[in-house]
Amino acid sequence: MRDFTYVIKDPVGLHARPAGLLVKKAGEFTSRITIESGGKSAEAKKLIMLMGLGIKQGAEVVCRIEGEDEDAAHEALAKFFEENL
Amino acid sequence: MERYIGKSVMRGIAIGRIYLYKKVDVQVTDQKVPDVEAERERFFAAVEQAKAQLTRLYDEALQNVGEEHAAIFDVHKMLLEDEDYLETAAGEIENGYNAVYAVDQAGTQFAELFAAMDDEYMRGRAADIRDISRRVIRILLDLPDEEISSDEPVVLVAEDLTPSETVKLDKKKILGFVTVKGSANSHTAILARSMNLPALVNVDISLSDALHGQTCVVDGFEGEFLVEPEEEILSEKVVRKNQWVADLEALEKLKGQDNITKSGKRIDIFANIGNVEDAEAACAADAGGIGLFRSEFLYLGRETFPSEEEQYAAYRAVLEKMEGKKVVIRTLDIGADKKVDYFGLEPEENPALGYRAIRICLDREEIFITQLRALYRAAAHGKLAIMFPMIISADEIKRIKQIVEMVREELVKEGKSVGEAELGIMIETPAAAVISDKLAEEVDFFSIGTNDLTQYTLAVDRQNQKLDGICDTHHEALLRLIEMTVKNAHEAGIWVGICGELGADTELTEWFLKIGVDELSVAASAVLKVRGAVRALP
Repeated sequence: MRDFTYVIKDPVGLHARPAGLLVKKAGEFTSRITIESGGKSAEAKKLIMLMGLGIKQGAEVVCRIEGEDEDAAHEALAKFFEENL
Repeated sequence: MERYIGKSVMRGIAIGRIYLYKKVDVQVTDQKVPDVEAERERFFAAVEQAKAQLTRLYDEALQNVGEEHAAIFDVHKMLLEDEDYLETAAGEIENGYNAVYAVDQAGTQFAELFAAMDDEYMRGRAADIRDISRRVIRILLDLPDEEISSDEPVVLVAEDLTPSETVKLDKKKILGFVTVKGSANSHTAILARSMNLPALVNVDISLSDALHGQTCVVDGFEGEFLVEPEEEILSEKVVRKNQWVADLEALEKLKGQDNITKSGKRIDIFANIGNVEDAEAACAADAGGIGLFRSEFLYLGRETFPSEEEQYAAYRAVLEKMEGKKVVIRTLDIGADKKVDYFGLEPEENPALGYRAIRICLDREEIFITQLRALYRAAAHGKLAIMFPMIISADEIKRIKQIVEMVREELVKEGKSVGEAELGIMIETPAAAVISDKLAEEVDFFSIGTNDLTQYTLAVDRQNQKLDGICDTHHEALLRLIEMTVKNAHEAGIWVGICGELGADTELTEWFLKIGVDELSVAASAVLKVRGAVRALP
């Protein structure tokens, strides 16, 4: 299992567009990927649930990755957050 | 005449006929179907067709309105790929229900999820879920895409408008918008602002067919919607509208123009902003930069101190939005008169002269250091200037510069990317104005805060309405202090701006130019007005 923590910088938070891109990115891997924030969690491959977390600017999110390609997924997702959120 | 009140999301006046836009009523029944597998296939085929439509709409919108507005169709397509949404609908079909009912159920369920959220942006997404569900249902029922068509320009009146409806509107045919639902963040509101058309949302009106074709007035200044107004009222509104259009055209012509007098004297006109969203208005108003970004919004209306990351994100967002134009950010300017309980400030007899602004920052350095760290990290993303409020002595500036140096060194040591920033002070105490020759040796610029400088110079409390009569913002003492400050700044080779309300006072524009003020920072809505005043000068 791999995980990392990230604080959202985007002023609108995890809004529809980047959430959609995150779903696409997560879909490239077979690992189970979850996003946790504010005591709630959602699978990163499910757009509506992910948006349902209502993640805002300044919120701390934990991304957990478990599966065969977890190392590659960890690297790709950490980069994705840094660049898009 | 019928008069309705609504929430104005865009100012302006529209007069014309009503185009009543009603969606085709789709009858949804919970009828069961015998062949579950066939219905399942019908559903997934409709979803595929809807996605193909959305791809086409995205391409069209990209051509017509640009990526920012087209993006919504990409999001819709992704929502139609959501596993939970598809499984919920498919589950209803497995239970034997018809596909239209299944999609309607899934749409309602997920729209409610968004509608219940405490974030206004996310609540707005309920409309997107309904929009995609209707799209699939129309395909299942073989109904045409919903369109709005009219030969003459009209005022569009609707329950609410979905993004797929708004983006396809022929913009030449629309005078204004009135919706029963909606919010300041709804697609209607965003579109109205981008089209610069008056719009009201939350108008409590029942949409009877009789409305269609009636004459109406949408007044975005007053937030009122008049149906079939009397002759007298109508002509009043026509006058108001003509005035608005004339003002708008005159100001619009000033966009892209230089702030220069007829004899060739130039001055910078920047905007004052109070939060990240305001930067948008500053850009739209063609401001040359941000002359005062009040950082207080980060501290107000909350229970704990804003983190370094939070501040960094906000500062960076504004710097990036301004694309290399100068952004002057003022550090924390809070005192006992502001309700920020977590600061633990004791009530004071005289908060205007009390423990506030830089005095707090130099006493409780941890608050100051967090802000400076965020500022210097953000500086790597644009052209930043930092300004300190309530200065009365050179010693304060020297202490600030020591702390700044320490913060920068620490950030570099941590391997963080750190940018450069000009350092300046507010001249808002008579003390600072009087010794501005000494202070000018310590900093890169001055910004004269005329609101506080007026109240401290005249000893007039600006919150006390009884004193309005003697609060003379053109008082000779004040003007002499300003002139002296400008002269001392220039002798030391630094620039000087005005960021108080006086900057937008066009009676003084000529005088500001004469004494050599380098920059005026005014409300975004006043940028073009002041530019017009500058250009009218000999």
